Amino acid sequence: MAESQECILKMEDISIRFPGVLALDHARFDLNRGEVHVLLGENGAGKSTIMKILAGINPSYTGTVYYKGSAISCNHIQEQKKRGISMIFQEMNLLKNLTTAENIFMAQRPLTKMGNIDWKKMQQKARELLDSIGSDISEKALVSSLSVGQMQMVEIAKALSFESDIIIMDEPTSALTEKEVEHLFAIIRKLKEKGVAIVYISHRMEEIMKISDRITIFRDGKYIATKNKSETSIGEIIALMVGRELKDYYPRIEKVPGRIRLEARNISRGNILKNISFYARAGEITGFYGLMGAGRTELMRSVFGADPIDEGEIYIDGAPKQIKNCRQGKSCGIALLTEDRKHQGLILEFDLNDNISITNLSKIMNRLGISQRKEAENSQKLIETVNVKTPSLKQKVKNLSGGNQQKVVIAKWLNSESSVIIFDEPTRGIDVGSKIEIYKLMNELKLEDKAVIMVSSELTECMGISDRMYVMHEGEITGCIEPGEIKKITEEDIMKYATGSVNEEGDTDNEKTQNQSE
Amino acid sequence: MKKPRINLNNIASFAVLVLLLIVLSILSPAFLKSANLINIMQQVTVNAIVAIGMTVVILTGGIDLSVGSIIALSGMVMAKLMVDKDISSGISILTGLLIGAVIGLINGILIAKFKLQPMIATLGMMQVTRGLDLTLAQGRTVSGFKPFFRSFGVANIPGTTVPIQIILMIALYILIFFLLRYRRFGRFIYSIGGNEEAARLSGVSVNVYKILAYVLCGVTAAIASIVMTAKLNSAVPTAGEGYELDAVASSVIGGISLTGGVGSVWGTLMGAMIIGVIKNGLNLLNVSSYLQQVVTGLIVIAAVLADTLKNSVSNKSI
Repeated sequence: MAESQECILKMEDISIRFPGVLALDHARFDLNRGEVHVLLGENGAGKSTIMKILAGINPSYTGTVYYKGSAISCNHIQEQKKRGISMIFQEMNLLKNLTTAENIFMAQRPLTKMGNIDWKKMQQKARELLDSIGSDISEKALVSSLSVGQMQMVEIAKALSFESDIIIMDEPTSALTEKEVEHLFAIIRKLKEKGVAIVYISHRMEEIMKISDRITIFRDGKYIATKNKSETSIGEIIALMVGRELKDYYPRIEKVPGRIRLEARNISRGNILKNISFYARAGEITGFYGLMGAGRTELMRSVFGADPIDEGEIYIDGAPKQIKNCRQGKSCGIALLTEDRKHQGLILEFDLNDNISITNLSKIMNRLGISQRKEAENSQKLIETVNVKTPSLKQKVKNLSGGNQQKVVIAKWLNSESSVIIFDEPTRGIDVGSKIEIYKLMNELKLEDKAVIMVSSELTECMGISDRMYVMHEGEITGCIEPGEIKKITEEDIMKYATGSVNEEGDTDNEKTQNQSE
Repeated sequence: MKKPRINLNNIASFAVLVLLLIVLSILSPAFLKSANLINIMQQVTVNAIVAIGMTVVILTGGIDLSVGSIIALSGMVMAKLMVDKDISSGISILTGLLIGAVIGLINGILIAKFKLQPMIATLGMMQVTRGLDLTLAQGRTVSGFKPFFRSFGVANIPGTTVPIQIILMIALYILIFFLLRYRRFGRFIYSIGGNEEAARLSGVSVNVYKILAYVLCGVTAAIASIVMTAKLNSAVPTAGEGYELDAVASSVIGGISLTGGVGSVWGTLMGAMIIGVIKNGLNLLNVSSYLQQVVTGLIVIAAVLADTLKNSVSNKSI
C-alpha cells in the first residue's frame, strides 16, 4: 500500500472556535488516494469537527485546505459534494418514504428534455451504482423497508453518485451486525481499488486494525500523531488517544456471587421473545451477547415493564412480582439504563439536577416539598461518584459529551437505589477513557452486591466484563456460559451461539440470521 | 425552567410590559389612572385564570382548545341551577367545577390512554361541550344571581378597594407555582414535556400526570367561568368563544414553549397582562376591536418567532 502515494488532500493549521471552546487547535490531516485513513480520538477530540469542516458544514474555520494540489475553501456542503467530497453521517440522512433511487439522486435528479424527472434513467443509474458496490438492494425499495446496514449501502451509493473521491464515514458500523460490517468492509476495499480515499471515524479497535492503512489520532482538538497500521499496536494507539498508558482495559474483580436477585421464567412476547428463562445473581455481572435483532434489548425492556409480555413470570429475591409498567419495575428495585440515552435515557434540554432527581424524588423532599438544597447535595454526591465532568449541576445535559451523558444516566439510576441494574449497551459511542470508567463503576456495583446485567454487542467487551454470560439468537437464549467457562471459551464459540449455528442444521440457520437481521 | 433564579423569558416579558406601560401612559393620559389600572386587572383575571391550566397542559407538550366551551357550559349549568332550580350558590359552584373536571378528564383519557393528538381531541371536545351548552341554553341568557355568587366578579375584599377576583387569581398562581416547583407533580409535568419516553422509562406514570394536567385545565376554566358569569351577572350561551386562543397566546407570550417542558406560570401571568394592557391601550386610543385582533395576532407571532430565533441561536452554539 505504501508505494507511490498520491496525496489528494491536505488540511493545515485548522482551527475553529465554538462558543466557549477551541474545538480545533491548529490541527492537520492529510489523505492519500485509495487509502483508508482512520481518524481516532476520544469524544470531543475534534475528529467529527474537522471532517465537518472538510464536508463544508462548519464554514467558520481558519486554516488552509489543499485538494488535489490547490487551495480550496470549504463553505458549502453541496459545493464540496460536487468537488467529490462526501460525508456519511452517523444519523443517516435518508428520506424514509422515498425509494432507494430517489434518495441516491436526491440532489441531482436526471431530467428529461422537458425538464421532468427521468425516472427510467434515474432507476437505471441507481441500479448501476448499487451493482458497482455489490449490493442487491432494489432501486425501487422504500428506504423505510431497509435495515440499517442496507441504508448505509444506499448512503455510499449516494456518495458515489457524485463521483466522490473522498468519502468520510462517521462511525459507520455503530448500528450494523457483524455480517453487515463484513459487507461494508468488502465495499470499502472495492472503493479503495477504484482510488477512492476513505476517512473512517470509529471507536472500535478491532475494526480499525482490520480495515485501516493509516491512523491519525486527535486529542482535545489537537493533532497528536499519524501511524501506519503495520507499524503500530492497539496499546500504542490507546495510549496516544488518552495520553496515558492504560493497563487493564477490562478490569475484572473476583468475587463470590451471592443469591439470585432477578429471575425470569418462560418470558414470551410475539415472536420477538421465545420462552426465555434466565437469572442474575447479586455481586455478579451477567452479560447478554447477541447480534442486532436477537431480542436482548426487548427482553430487558420487558423485564423492566417498558414493554408488555404475553407470558412469563418475574421473581425478585425469590418473590413473584407483577411488573406491568416502568414505575412498577422501578419500585421492584430494577433499573434500566437504555441503549438510546439521548431519546430514552435523558431529557437533553434539562439540567443535571432534573435528570438525576427524577428517579427518586422522595429522597430530596422535606415536609413542604422538594428542597433545592437537598437536591443539590444529592446530585453533587452522585456526579462525584460517577465522575461526571461538568461546570455545574445547572448545565443542560445536551451540552455534555457522550461519555459524560452516559455517566449522568448512571448517576440517575444509582439515585434510585435499585438492586438490579441493567446496562443496555453502556459504552456505545463513547470514548475509551469513559468506557473504562464505566466498567469500573459496574465493578463497584458488583462489590456492593448489586445484580448487574450488561447487554453488549461488542464481544470482547462482553467477555471481558461479564462473570456469567448468556448468548441470544432470534429471541431465544442459545448459550449460557458459566463463570468457570468464561475464560476458556473462544470468541468463535460464542459467535456460533449468536448465529444459531450450534445445532445440527448449523449452516441453514446461519443464512437465516443474515436475512432477518433487523 | 425553574432552576435559574432569574428567568430570561420572564425578564423579557416583564420588560415588554413595562415598555408598554410607559408608551401607553405617554399616548393616553387616562391610562395610568388607578381606576384604569384596576380596570385592566379586572379585564385580565378571566383570561389569566384560564391560562394557568393551559400553561400546565402546554408544559406537558399538549394543548387544550376546549376551555372556551367549558367556560360556557359550566357557567350555563351554574346559572340554571341557581336561577331556575333555586339551588344554593355553593352546590352550584361545585357542580360547575365538577363539569370542568369531567371534561378535562375525558380530554386527558382520550389523549393519554387512546393517544389522540391533543389538538384533535380537544377540538372535538370543544364542539361537544359547546353543543351541550347551546342545547341546554336554548338560546336564552340566564341572569340574576345571589350576592354571594356575584361577589366573585364584582365585590372587593371588605374594607379595601381590592377586588376579590384579583386575589383569587393571584392565589391560584401561587398555588400552581408551588405545585410546579416544589411538588412531584411539577417535576413530572416538566419531564413529560421535556421527553415523554425518557420520563416513562424513569418510572413516571406519564398517563396519570397527563390526565391530571387536563383535569386541572378544565377546573381552572370552570373557575374562570365563575368569575366571568358573576361579573356579567348572566350566563350567555356563546360565552368564552375565542378564550382558548387568548390563553394559548398568554402562555406563549410568557415564554411557555409549545413543544413542552419550558416556562413558568409567572411568564404566563405576564403574558396575560401584556395582552390585557394592549387591549386596554388600544381601547383608550379608540382603535376598533377588529383591529385589536390583528394586533394580538401579530404579537403572538412575534413571541413565537422570538422563541424560535432564540432556540436556533442556542442550538448553533453547541
